[in-house]
Amino acid sequence: MIIEALAFYALAGILTLSALLVITVRNPVHSVLFLILGFFNAAGLFVLLGAEFIAMILVIVYVGAVAVLFLFVVMMLDVSFADLRKGAMQYVPIGLVIGAILLSELILVYSVWGFAPETLDNRAAPVEKFEGLTNTEALGNVLYTDYIFPFQLAGLILFVAMIGAIVLTHRSRPGVRKQSVADQQARKASDVLEIRKVQTGSGA
Amino acid sequence: MMAFDLVPLFPELFLAVTGMAHLIIGVWRGNHSTHFIFWASAATYVAAALILMGVSWGDAIVLNGMFKFDNFAGFMKLIILLGLLASAALSVKYLDDEGVSRFEYPVLMTFAGIGMMLMVSANNLLALYMALELQSLSLYVLAAFRRGSLQSAEAGVKYFSLGALSSGMILFGISLIYGYTGTLDYGTLSATLLPMQSIPVGITFGLVFLLAGLAFKISAVPFHMWTPDVYQGAPTSVTAFFAIVPKIAAMGLIMRLLFEPFAPVSGQWDQIVWFLSAASMMVGAFAAIVQENIKRLLAYSSIGNMGYALIGIAAVSSTGAGAVVLYLLIYLIMTSGVFAVVLSMRRNGKAVENISDLAGLSQTQPMLAYTMAILMFSMSGIPPMAGFFGKLVIFQAAVDAQMYVLAVLGVVTSVVAAYYYLRIIKVMFFDTPAPAFDGALPFARRAVLTLSVVFVLGFVLRPSLAIVIAKNAAGALFAG
Repeated sequence: MIIEALAFYALAGILTLSALLVITVRNPVHSVLFLILGFFNAAGLFVLLGAEFIAMILVIVYVGAVAVLFLFVVMMLDVSFADLRKGAMQYVPIGLVIGAILLSELILVYSVWGFAPETLDNRAAPVEKFEGLTNTEALGNVLYTDYIFPFQLAGLILFVAMIGAIVLTHRSRPGVRKQSVADQQARKASDVLEIRKVQTGSGA
Repeated sequence: MMAFDLVPLFPELFLAVTGMAHLIIGVWRGNHSTHFIFWASAATYVAAALILMGVSWGDAIVLNGMFKFDNFAGFMKLIILLGLLASAALSVKYLDDEGVSRFEYPVLMTFAGIGMMLMVSANNLLALYMALELQSLSLYVLAAFRRGSLQSAEAGVKYFSLGALSSGMILFGISLIYGYTGTLDYGTLSATLLPMQSIPVGITFGLVFLLAGLAFKISAVPFHMWTPDVYQGAPTSVTAFFAIVPKIAAMGLIMRLLFEPFAPVSGQWDQIVWFLSAASMMVGAFAAIVQENIKRLLAYSSIGNMGYALIGIAAVSSTGAGAVVLYLLIYLIMTSGVFAVVLSMRRNGKAVENISDLAGLSQTQPMLAYTMAILMFSMSGIPPMAGFFGKLVIFQAAVDAQMYVLAVLGVVTSVVAAYYYLRIIKVMFFDTPAPAFDGALPFARRAVLTLSVVFVLGFVLRPSLAIVIAKNAAGALFAG
């Protein structure tokens, strides 16, 4: 029990600290690295909750793909972060005001956190079927059955995203020399080579 | 465990499969096949409508309660398919003229259409979100479709970032609702909310976030800022599409959401809808007065029109819901006609967009001017055009629900809005003629325009027909 509590505070502490550093460090590459550290700690928290599948997904998707993509963007695009920050300062006061309002409202909401008695059945319903199964098994049981509709819909959304990315970025440039293996193979010496007899002494 | 039944989804499945087939043809044949794919898509919409009418219109909840088919969904889907057909017909020639005719356009329209049809059938907050994203993502791409143009790219980015923000709000709202009720399913939600003595503040909070996010999608004030810029920046045929169809789907989604799962807590949301409605009507009427660009003007006009439609929701009654459905149908048909005219505003091979470009149209192209005048009269709600009846049933529903303030506000803003609709007529008929527009209208555009005007003028002959159909469709929401 004590180890669990210690692990929680360690992970949560590092998570908060690295989240803070993400937005405060000057070097954007360090920012992304702290973001990755944050993701790892969040994954650790999920493991503590017993949601090992989400923890792994977090590492694979966010650390493996998203963060690396961020890192590429930061390193390869010539974005001057100092310039981006310059204009942002003038919005800080209004941002703080809105943030404070939202925060106080959320505190109001969560301070009365509690379930109405009517919701007891709803909370119990989804877990009954899955006693004694691991996360992954439980998800696998419902993903293609109960949740086939949103699952397939997600597929369609990704499909549209792919079409969109191609539509918006693919350019067919004329004059690009492409290798065509078939043409190369079909080429015969007689098509391109002409052998001429040059008479000796007639050249200019 | 519910039966695995796909029959109610046949129209969407058909659209999805044909959409992918069209994409394959397009990839294979290149942009030469754009025309073919456009007309094939149009035929697909007609076929999907026929399939839709073929499936049983009884209530059906399938796929683990995610998808619901009833009269309301069926009728809304027919309207959506009609709008898709109209906007496909309007787009072909315009894209050719602008030189951005690419085969992905109709395919993206089809996928947006699938998203919209699923939106009105969503019976679960998860399905709601997924369907909404499918629709929105297709629309973002369409907004930026003219890649070479800075304006179009700006429209796409603006639409995308604000759309992403609204999606975030919707998700946050859904998470709060899930947290406080333990369910995402519409049926379970209403069963949970019904016996509650007092509503936990978290549910209200979630509902507010959800509604704010959805208000973005129908561009209700104060979440309307993106609309004029996106409408102006996107290619005009895309603007037509935006104005015609997605809002109808979003309204359908909002109606199902508010009248089914959240009906027991109507006290929590009717003030929000009331405010959205009143603010949209006012901004739509007053901000449009100063517009010079006709696409911006139509953007504000659509904001105002959503305000009128929201009156019917604020009335929280079966009559009100019926009025909304009818209003949306009439709005769709009028807007298609108006955009058929706007898309024809080309001079020397270039699209022109200012109201002053319409000057003296009655002398250069009298037929176009007269049809536009009829549509403008209808938009401003002058009897005996269809637009008048749309507003009439809405205001009637408001008065029945004793929402006199909203009804009066609606009438007043209609009068204000009439100013800018009539100003277009004045510019067309009484100003010194500007040079004539290019050439005759292509067949498809003329067909849309003719049908739209025929509907607008002919509505008065049998108004009860459409009113009764719309009312029956909306009645399905209040059956349970």
